[in-house]
Amino acid sequence: MSSKRFTKDHEWIDVEGDIGTVGISDYAQHALGDVVFVEVPEAGREIAKGAEAAVVESVKAASEVYSPVSGTVTAGNAAIVDQPGLVNEAAEGAAWFFKLKLANPAELNDLMDQAAYDAYLKTLE
Amino acid sequence: MSESHSDTPLLTVPLDALHRELGAKMVPFAGYAMPVQYPAGVLAEHLHTRSGAALFDVSHMGQAEIKGAKAVELLETLVPGDVRALGIGKTRYSVFTNDQGGILDDLMISKLADDHLFLVINAACKHADFAHLVKHLGGKVELSMIENRSLLALQGPGAAAAMAVLSPEAVSMTFMTIAEITVAGIKCLATRSGYTGEDGWEISVANADAEALARAILGAPGVKPAGLGARDSLRLEAGLCLYGSDIDTETTPVQANISWIMSKRRRAEGGFPGAAVIQKQLAEGAPTLRVGIQPDGKAPARAHTEITDEAGNRLGEICSGGFGPSAGGPVAMGYVPAAFAAIGTRLKLVVRGKAMDAHVCALPFVPHRYFKG
Repeated sequence: MSSKRFTKDHEWIDVEGDIGTVGISDYAQHALGDVVFVEVPEAGREIAKGAEAAVVESVKAASEVYSPVSGTVTAGNAAIVDQPGLVNEAAEGAAWFFKLKLANPAELNDLMDQAAYDAYLKTLE
Repeated sequence: MSESHSDTPLLTVPLDALHRELGAKMVPFAGYAMPVQYPAGVLAEHLHTRSGAALFDVSHMGQAEIKGAKAVELLETLVPGDVRALGIGKTRYSVFTNDQGGILDDLMISKLADDHLFLVINAACKHADFAHLVKHLGGKVELSMIENRSLLALQGPGAAAAMAVLSPEAVSMTFMTIAEITVAGIKCLATRSGYTGEDGWEISVANADAEALARAILGAPGVKPAGLGARDSLRLEAGLCLYGSDIDTETTPVQANISWIMSKRRRAEGGFPGAAVIQKQLAEGAPTLRVGIQPDGKAPARAHTEITDEAGNRLGEICSGGFGPSAGGPVAMGYVPAAFAAIGTRLKLVVRGKAMDAHVCALPFVPHRYFKG
């Protein structure tokens, strides 16, 4: 059972202790197509829930990645900056975008679990 | 990630069912449902066009004919290109200008005979273009919009090898020539041209034969389908203008840096809409120019990205920009004041509020590889 939680904008967050790992969903990478550029936030940056935290660009378009919760960034994933194509290969795993220390864990309650997200995706078809 | 949909039903191209069978993602484009990509994706389709051969459906584009003794003379009253000097069986790139010297559309003009011209015009402009032709040339020449033909483009360094199997006579054609040929037993009107910077053909074929032709070409060695997404990144790397983005009614051919479309005679004689404005710019220089812009970093600068000088003063905007798969990084074109158009000029591009380093560079980003014989 996945502990990931999802936003309607197709970000995911996986929390361990008070650190959340954030990325974009497999649905999102597929919709974007070939990812050719990624920008991730630097450690120390404070981000509010719903604020622009990272950028992901395919050949065709640029999209913002919003933070699912508020917190302070502890790491950006340099691997996807060097190799943006990883996002297409492992969006919900190795190609996470950033990690942050949660400011308000209660915000997680506003997010969807895997089953709710899957049901949400069906409404988009 | 949502696409806007209007209430107007989309038109479909004759190859619609084939595109869907091939797994294409169909999107609205100039009123048509068109394949933006196939399952391989834009990146793979782009790279395959540069290394092998790709088949594009560009049937949404307009095809038109002008017939009559005065066809050449009269078309020259609407375009600054030299239609008189164009040899029979030759094709030339040109533009329709307005009275201010702005560009109404860009087009390909082919001369099938001294009294018979074949035009290929942009999908989004085709009805306005035809109305423009009727308004100015109606009654003096025979004008027809060709609605019953599709247009396919086979592009890439492998196009000739694929075509050799289907149409030996096509292979002897050189860049920017037109001929009636038979491809896989199907009668076609083909130009050795395209809009990717690669060798290839654009093939006009009767709608009834379009699917058989497309299947035959896709069955030739090394050919894969490619969508309009790849076509856009290919033409951008090739430094070619997209109407509505890089050229429009606000830009003259001189500003667009395509003055080469005008021969010495046409520059001297004028006789096309906006000639006075264009002749003045040719003599004195245009206020702004389209240039190639190379971002120094990795971030793509998309259309409408602000261009500033190093001090932050606004110079203009990116007209086309993105990631160039063959260039291996971001590529862009934009309009800057003439004083900032020299190759190597340092610029800043304001991407998401941050000023990124960039410089003016030569076009194209990827060398053209046309077959000139």
